[in-house]
Amino acid sequence: MESTHLISIEHLKKHFAMGSGKFTALNGIELTFEKGEFAGIIGPSGSGKTTLLNIIGSLDVPSEGKAIVMGQSVGDLSARDAAMLRKTKLGFIFQSYNLLHTHTVYENVEFPLLLLGVEAELRKQMVKDALEWVGLTDKTNSRPAQLSGGECQRVAIARAMVKKPEIVLADEPTANLDAENSHHILQTMENLNREFKTTFIFATHDEKVISYIRRKIFLVDGKVAKDELITKS
Amino acid sequence: MMAIKLALRNLVGAGLRTWLNVIVLSLAFVVIIWHKGILDGWDRQARTDIIHWEAGGGQYWQKDYDPYDPFTLNDSHSRVSGILEEMVNKGTLTPVLITQGTIYPSGRMQSILVKGIDPKQKIVAIPSSQLDTASDAIPAIIGTGMASSARLKKGDIVTLRWRDRNGAFDAGDIIIAGVFKTTVPSVDGSQIWIPLDRLQKMMMMPGEATILVSKQGTKTLPEVDGWRVKNLDFLLSDMDKIIKSKTAGGMILWGILMMLALLAIFDTQVLAIFRRQKEIGMYIAMGMTKRQVVTLFTVEGAMHSVLATLLGAIYGIPLLGLQAIKGISFPMNGSDYGISMAERLYPYYGLKLIIITVLIVMLTTTIVSYWPARKIAKMKPTDALRGKFNDKVFAKRIASR
Repeated sequence: MESTHLISIEHLKKHFAMGSGKFTALNGIELTFEKGEFAGIIGPSGSGKTTLLNIIGSLDVPSEGKAIVMGQSVGDLSARDAAMLRKTKLGFIFQSYNLLHTHTVYENVEFPLLLLGVEAELRKQMVKDALEWVGLTDKTNSRPAQLSGGECQRVAIARAMVKKPEIVLADEPTANLDAENSHHILQTMENLNREFKTTFIFATHDEKVISYIRRKIFLVDGKVAKDELITKS
Repeated sequence: MMAIKLALRNLVGAGLRTWLNVIVLSLAFVVIIWHKGILDGWDRQARTDIIHWEAGGGQYWQKDYDPYDPFTLNDSHSRVSGILEEMVNKGTLTPVLITQGTIYPSGRMQSILVKGIDPKQKIVAIPSSQLDTASDAIPAIIGTGMASSARLKKGDIVTLRWRDRNGAFDAGDIIIAGVFKTTVPSVDGSQIWIPLDRLQKMMMMPGEATILVSKQGTKTLPEVDGWRVKNLDFLLSDMDKIIKSKTAGGMILWGILMMLALLAIFDTQVLAIFRRQKEIGMYIAMGMTKRQVVTLFTVEGAMHSVLATLLGAIYGIPLLGLQAIKGISFPMNGSDYGISMAERLYPYYGLKLIIITVLIVMLTTTIVSYWPARKIAKMKPTDALRGKFNDKVFAKRIASR
């Protein structure tokens, strides 16, 4: 039966070869995500958060079980189809920003639109909008080296959001930021989540992020230990 | 198109590293074209000079004549008659009689070739009109090379000894009526030019010649019994061989230059793939396929050659253009080494030469760019994002730094 959830994870296991044996990073994960969620996968280092995020992001494949993202089973996708899924439906935010250092802020944000082949005029408008969302319209021509960590992460958010993806996967987005910048970018992401109903899934163990998310999924030793919805007043 | 746009942004953004590679590659470009241009210019000049001074539009050789075997000279002469005589009378052929002789400049003995030429001929550039002079002694003209080796100058009188057709020795004085400058050593070294009729009389060979030189532009020479037609391809083949050997030598220089330039690009590419792993991971996360990333890195590397072409054109065109117009002077005299070489050489930069050089450099640059870029296809995106991709070759390369 086809899944009606935005993301559906069924009996998911992921093993990695380690010496002559194997290490199980994910051990029978069962999860679903719906449109517009602002969820966090929480756990200590080595709990499998990034592995789970990578599989949802079709950057990795399950060893067993299924990860169905927007109706497409990640493990069954060809490399081309997986790339297409990432290009059109997914946005990524990384801990170390992963910006192109040789490109300007504008060019970094424009990059996903170039991949999508968006026409120049529209592209310009979309980049402008994205930079407005994150409050960086005055830094258009700056290069990443000229920006603070917080500004770099805002560029990364703009890059992830510029194509208005269905899902944004953020791996430890505040790990390199101070408290003020962390709150700033979390507020930005929260606003975008509310405005565009984009699903945000974080992998984190940062208390600041945890204080913002509306669903907490605790991973321990590759298993979901707790999955709780937070109702905020 | 996207790959080109991104590659250009990456290259321009990389700044100094890109420009260092581009400068090295552009130097290779310009030096390769310059070097080949000199050889081509030399080739063209030498061909023109040989045609002008010696080969004309082709030659008839008496059937026994072999310029590399002096023993054939005694027998390699025939009467110029029939169609050849008609052509000589029309001015489309000029006969040259060649024999051996000995001169005694400053008491030394020197074996030479004695060449008889019509003082009124206009077919080759030998200034034979200088032989049209009344003198008791036999008027002779020599090239500067001969003048230098025999220490002779205009007005000098020297004894010439020869053997006539019957093998009898005879001798007489020759007076140097002129010394001419030529870039063609085969009309200069160890030879004197005297009037044809005088040589025919001396040799008792009236109306005879060893070779006949045709007018420049002669398309075909009819076959004549007792004579062999030697076309320009044959007459210029020695020169072609020299140029070919020079070109082969030049290939080593090209190879070294290209190696230097390509090594710089290869090194940049190998290091780029190691250092830019997170960037590669990001590309893949953003939705690029591995093939697209490989293409991007290959285009990026190959684009060095495009930028090098543009940079090379900026300084190369005026520099090489100026040389093509003004020429390059060489301190040494090529004739001293038996090579047809003018004092001032005008390089020739043909469009074909430039296009071929550009294409070769672009192709090799693309290949050395693609080679390391293939490694990207081995990367797991998750490893690339964490900068964890490793490869034995890369690891060794980095360890050696």
